[in-house]
Amino acid sequence: MKLGKHVKGFWLSIVLAVIFSIIIQFLISGGTLNSFYVNTLFSIGINIILAVSLHLIIGITGQFSIGHAGFLAIGAYISAIITMKLTLPFPVALLAGGASAAVAGLIIGIPTLRLRGDYLAIATLGFGEIMRIVFLNIDYVGGASGMTVTHLTTWPWLISCVLITIIVIVNFTNSTHGRACLAIRENEIAADAMGINTTYYKVMAFVIGAFFAGVAGGLHAHNFYIIQPANFGFLKSFDILILVVIGGLESMSGSVIAAILLTIISTFLSNYPEVRMVIYSLVLIVMMLFRPQGLMGTKEFTSFFKVGKSTKGGSQDGSKHTVA
Amino acid sequence: MEQLIQQLVNGISLGSIYALIALGYTMVYGIVKLINFAHGDVFMVGAFIGFYSITILDLGIFPALLISMAACALFGVLIERIAYKPLRNATRIAALITAIGVSLFIEYGTIYIRGAQPEAYPNGIVPLKSIEILGVKISGQSLLILAVSIFLMILLQFIVYKTKIGKAMRAVSHDQDAAKLMGINVNNTISATFAIGSALAGAAGVVFGIYYTKIEPLMGIIPGLKAFVAAVLGGIGIIPGAMAGGLLLGVIEALVSAAGFSLWRDGVAFVVLILILIFRPAGLFGKNVREKV
Repeated sequence: MKLGKHVKGFWLSIVLAVIFSIIIQFLISGGTLNSFYVNTLFSIGINIILAVSLHLIIGITGQFSIGHAGFLAIGAYISAIITMKLTLPFPVALLAGGASAAVAGLIIGIPTLRLRGDYLAIATLGFGEIMRIVFLNIDYVGGASGMTVTHLTTWPWLISCVLITIIVIVNFTNSTHGRACLAIRENEIAADAMGINTTYYKVMAFVIGAFFAGVAGGLHAHNFYIIQPANFGFLKSFDILILVVIGGLESMSGSVIAAILLTIISTFLSNYPEVRMVIYSLVLIVMMLFRPQGLMGTKEFTSFFKVGKSTKGGSQDGSKHTVA
Repeated sequence: MEQLIQQLVNGISLGSIYALIALGYTMVYGIVKLINFAHGDVFMVGAFIGFYSITILDLGIFPALLISMAACALFGVLIERIAYKPLRNATRIAALITAIGVSLFIEYGTIYIRGAQPEAYPNGIVPLKSIEILGVKISGQSLLILAVSIFLMILLQFIVYKTKIGKAMRAVSHDQDAAKLMGINVNNTISATFAIGSALAGAAGVVFGIYYTKIEPLMGIIPGLKAFVAAVLGGIGIIPGAMAGGLLLGVIEALVSAAGFSLWRDGVAFVVLILILIFRPAGLFGKNVREKV
């Protein structure tokens, strides 16, 4: 029954989010919000999708991947090719971007997910860099100077992608598959011994994460008018990783909150990029030294609706045996 | 044919820079099991210290090299004491993220202090003349890089295998708790490892500056990553492996450039990385260790 309450809280927040987004839509079409705020909102949305999809890979399944910008790049370029070169509609482009990133996730995931911890991190980092160099060397998509894309990302598209991502990943986490992934995170060998097909579930989480990163890539490409390989370097991967880590590895709402907060902070600091990175890095170091579990720890946003009760199963003793 | 040998010479020069950086990665990984992402940035700091010693203090190349190595050794110990030591018993992911944070902090701290503009090492500071063997011209810079890196690698072998601190380092990397029980000061040994590794990176920074002339605050990222690839290629934690891996990677890159794919050069290093991780994760020199439950 505990789970039932949790689910109710979750759907309540989704309904609130829908109402909120309808209000935002009226504010945008009414012209109350100027373009600066609209841009910030769009960046927040894209970052939420990226953070939540990486949270599935790192936080839920415990596979330390730092090549997420590679999937973002694939989604961005494939969707841009579909709208700009093939002149197909935008939703097709989003789906195709996601699907191609998922295929890339499958191809890269099957061999590399046999690796553990640091080795997996480095292999995924290598994958991200390879994707950047591949796009840098293909003249069809503009090489280093990049590719111009028309602005097609609108608020309804963006917010529905964000909500779909969150709903799918929360439901995945609470399903049998999600439980298997959590078991892999806690102890891969024990999970294996319990009869969980660890490779299958690791690849599955990786592919789903890659898919949503690809969708985010499509939204990103059609929001910023131009995409360049330099935007998808491993610093971008680190940016996404920072969102997940600061929010709390084991908390999805943590990722969402960190995505909102950090996007707002970095928008205001965008005139001082060095200061921004210095602050980012200091926050990261201080966070790891004094609060390694992140802002939210293992708590979810919905658990604040019922005060004083432990919300769900899993580790009740607050122990943090996590990744690697 | 001559051109091929010329490219091989270039590859070996580049590879010995990778090898010098890779040694620091591999030693630190061997002893604390941490990928020290900040290592590439220590290399960058070394290049800048060398540059300022040559231009502002008007020193020759060898004093500059020594100053840079000493300063980087100190810097490495400082990083270890401030950022990594409190996390020694934390999860691996926390340590890795701290390393990323330290790396970003050094890069953008440097940009914040001195700006992002690049600097150029002055010409004509290398005392060695270029020589010609069998029609292949080897520049003075290449000779200097080779001489410095071979000397430092021999020195490192001597330190690791013939001195007391080297023995302590090997003991700690083998089994930290047992080493502690035997009366080895583990903290000092780890600091010494960081000092030696960072000094090598500092030296690599100076010779990189002399060879490629241009230095800038973000120059450490790509050589750092590639040096890590070299360390993995040779088998991480194994000192001769890092040297061999570095040289091999340098030669592979030079050959790829020679074949006309110079834009793909950076990609090849990572393809090598993924291939080696898939087919031989222990590296060329490593032994497969069975995982105990």
